[in-house]
Amino acid sequence: MSMAVVLLLIVVGSVLFHVFNPWWTTPLASNWQQMDDTLTITLVITGAFFVAINLFVVYALVRFRHREGRRATEQPESKRLERWLIGGTTVGIMALLAPGLVVYANYVRAPHDALVLEVVSQQWQWRFRFPGADGKLGASDARFVGAANPFGLDPADPAGQDDLLVAADEVHLPLGRPVLVLMRSHDVLHDFFVPSFRARMNTVPGQVSRFWFTPTVGGRYEALCAQLCGVGHPNMRGFVVVQDVAAFNAWQAALPTFASTQAKAAAPAGAAAGSAVEQGRALADAKGCTACHTIDGSPRVGPTWKGLYGKTETMADGGRALVDEAYLRAFIRDPQARQVKGFAPVMPKIDLSDEELAALVAYIQSLGSAPTQAATDKGVQR
Amino acid sequence: MKPATKKFLTHYVWSQDHKVIAIQYACTAIAVGLVGVVLSNLMRLQLGFPGQFEFINAERYYQFVTMHGMIMVIYLLTALFLGGFGNYLIPLMVGARDMVFPYLNMLSFWVYLLSVVVLMASFFVEGGPTGAGWTLYPPQSILPGTPGHAGGIVLMLVSLVIFIVATTMGGLNYVTTVLQARCEGMTLLRMPLTVWGIFVATILALLGFPALFVSGVMLLLDRTLGTSFFMPALVSMGQASGYKGGSPLLFQHLFWFFGHPEVYIVALPAFGIVSDLISVHARKSIFGYRMMVWAIVAIGGLSVVVWAHHMFVSGMNPYFGFFFATTTLIIAVPTAIKVYNWVLTLWHGDIHLSVPMLFALAFVCTFAIGGLTGLFLGNVSVDIPLSGTYFVVAHFHMVMGVAPLLVVFGGIYHWFPKITGRMLDDRIGKIHFWITFLGTYAIYFPMHYLGVLGMPRRYYSFEGYQFIPASAFSLNTFITVVALVVGAAQLLFVFNLAWSAWRGRPATANPWRAASLEWQTPTTPPGHGNWGPQLPVVYRWAYAYGVPGQGEDYIAQNAPPEAGGLEPEARGRSEGEARGAPA
Repeated sequence: MSMAVVLLLIVVGSVLFHVFNPWWTTPLASNWQQMDDTLTITLVITGAFFVAINLFVVYALVRFRHREGRRATEQPESKRLERWLIGGTTVGIMALLAPGLVVYANYVRAPHDALVLEVVSQQWQWRFRFPGADGKLGASDARFVGAANPFGLDPADPAGQDDLLVAADEVHLPLGRPVLVLMRSHDVLHDFFVPSFRARMNTVPGQVSRFWFTPTVGGRYEALCAQLCGVGHPNMRGFVVVQDVAAFNAWQAALPTFASTQAKAAAPAGAAAGSAVEQGRALADAKGCTACHTIDGSPRVGPTWKGLYGKTETMADGGRALVDEAYLRAFIRDPQARQVKGFAPVMPKIDLSDEELAALVAYIQSLGSAPTQAATDKGVQR
Repeated sequence: MKPATKKFLTHYVWSQDHKVIAIQYACTAIAVGLVGVVLSNLMRLQLGFPGQFEFINAERYYQFVTMHGMIMVIYLLTALFLGGFGNYLIPLMVGARDMVFPYLNMLSFWVYLLSVVVLMASFFVEGGPTGAGWTLYPPQSILPGTPGHAGGIVLMLVSLVIFIVATTMGGLNYVTTVLQARCEGMTLLRMPLTVWGIFVATILALLGFPALFVSGVMLLLDRTLGTSFFMPALVSMGQASGYKGGSPLLFQHLFWFFGHPEVYIVALPAFGIVSDLISVHARKSIFGYRMMVWAIVAIGGLSVVVWAHHMFVSGMNPYFGFFFATTTLIIAVPTAIKVYNWVLTLWHGDIHLSVPMLFALAFVCTFAIGGLTGLFLGNVSVDIPLSGTYFVVAHFHMVMGVAPLLVVFGGIYHWFPKITGRMLDDRIGKIHFWITFLGTYAIYFPMHYLGVLGMPRRYYSFEGYQFIPASAFSLNTFITVVALVVGAAQLLFVFNLAWSAWRGRPATANPWRAASLEWQTPTTPPGHGNWGPQLPVVYRWAYAYGVPGQGEDYIAQNAPPEAGGLEPEARGRSEGEARGAPA
């Protein structure tokens, strides 16, 4: 008897929970209302089925539970009933599938006038690219990826020269215009997911995957990685700002082209860099350090650089170490030699010249705690 | 060696008796399953109380996630259903003296044990076990950004390859035994649904595991020899790698070509066992037996053409989505038939709410939720926002975690008297049942809503995400507390097993008054060879319950023909025809 009561409570409780719980889809901000509608259709049909099955069991348990002298009725099958059930289920399944496939047919065919946005992923950061005036994205390949060319664009392809690059985790999009998202990865699988947009796809190294959506509500939305991509996976964040066309155009007009970033990189180091700290800042972006190390104090995959210099770190083996110039140089040269407590030993060895290493250390020093500012100047002079 | 020692060794260690091998399989699987439970509780600690437990860093969290998943799916559920239940029940249920190849059967267990040892060894190598997620997707699984990319992944792949060798040895045995060793009168359509479920699941295992085997070997070569089966040209951690031209999606296709049938390798034995539990404890023949058999066969067949519904957002050719969404929803029809027939079996039954029956009913409820949420994820456009979120986690735990485990528990409570000659303790059993059933419901039902919200799975921490309301974190804390209670409650079950095996109430030969053949052995527990001097002869199906006009409300499969109780299709035919030819 208790089983019948519990099943009844589960049915009632589940329905009440559904009605009153605070969690449901994040507010929609794209054209994919249809996806939410198919979700609702599925919920109603499956919910009714769940309630019906369980109530049937509850009734059977009450009505046919064992009593002294009770004997089951023999009824091994009923062709008629089974045919009806198969028929009814088939109709229910078609009612689910048909709208689902119609929506999917829209999903796989992007509008022709869509704005092309390329999402470039690597552990654990997002970058973005728009085609330039020619409307074409230049060719790319993992073998071109380097400090001066983090997007891996083919320097010889004329179509890529005017491409607009966003070497940061925030991209802007115009309101109300369809966006065709083309996606690449330099290393492992990722997934560009903005919950409010519903639409999404994995990025796969070695190929370009795609999806489309139309932003319909202005605002700043969080983008996250939704395909396990290693130990920094939860920190792979980005933002999409949806704004009116004028604001978007102004933002886009300020983006550097591939050609201009190449020219800057090719310029003599002294002239371009200014100071060692500036050069270090550029290196930190180019070498991908900022994917794991923030400069605002929040820890990511690795320790934040804010206040790092001059701090005493606790190592995994329980020892303590003062973060000074020697420590930083040794750690960057051989990251696996020692482990900082609380952080995974995933930092790679990165090829740096002595000069680059000095610049990077100077930059980290410049973000250090106040007493070390004097040391910064010393580091620069060296 | 002393003869006594030798006897002990051949009886209990190097045994070729399918029943001893089944117990060895089951005990090993349960032991490794307990490790899996501990791992799940550790990861729940981090999710429920982020940052409170210093030793659970991101790296360890991903290692716990990965090992928990792989242990539960492969080393617990697959091994327990096929190696445990399959080994014990197939020969007894079809009236055979043993498996057809007893020596191979023994090897199968020892090779399985080796695979478990290799898997556990990965906890102790430098860098620890792999943290690539149980799907082991390359390129990530063998690159430096992932924990255990050095030794852990190698041991994981080696362990899987060894496990597949064990499964193949066992599987060939089960299939051959079902096809060749049935006793006189045991036609295929007189076999209990338990045997049907395990039989079709084994065929799926023999078809599916080779895909995992080759993908495991290829990934191992990519990892150790630098081949590029699954590895395109890529830049890892700022360094160009030597890989070139491989396809990460190829691995996913191979993995899920195994991985989806794997769901049914676990589910079909559960379907079969639960059918028998419901029928015996409701004292009624299973409703629509032949439809149930065809549904098992249809599900088995369809299960090898649905795999890419795991890959709707993988970046594969999007037009595949139409095909795989359609096949996936078609498979819901035979599955729904099974649910109907389970609940229709209760109709006009004589329902005994024994512990096995409670577990069986809880299975129907849990499986209904898990199956229905599968209709969300299988329908491609509904799946797009939900894939990779906690909705998926809730779905697969309901449908292939909790539901089959409820059947495992029910099955063990049901057959324990035959295996040991003693009953499990009912009171502990009921406490264990209520905590497990209600606890898992409280864990996974609300979890679906976190997924609808968009919370991604496999996140070590959700710190700083604005779209997640604070209430979602409270829910996570609640789920963790319940998970700890449910985890601890499993010790009750283990205690019950150990205590009842020695001290439990002695059981009669057929305490549930069941009709199928395994309850009709001359001794309990059955001796080596099962049947004494004479093999049984079967005259009817396994579901002769509530036959009108009889004293008892069941007729054993091997009771003399004049007792009646024939399967529906044989009624009206002459006795000689209805008996069926032995294989």
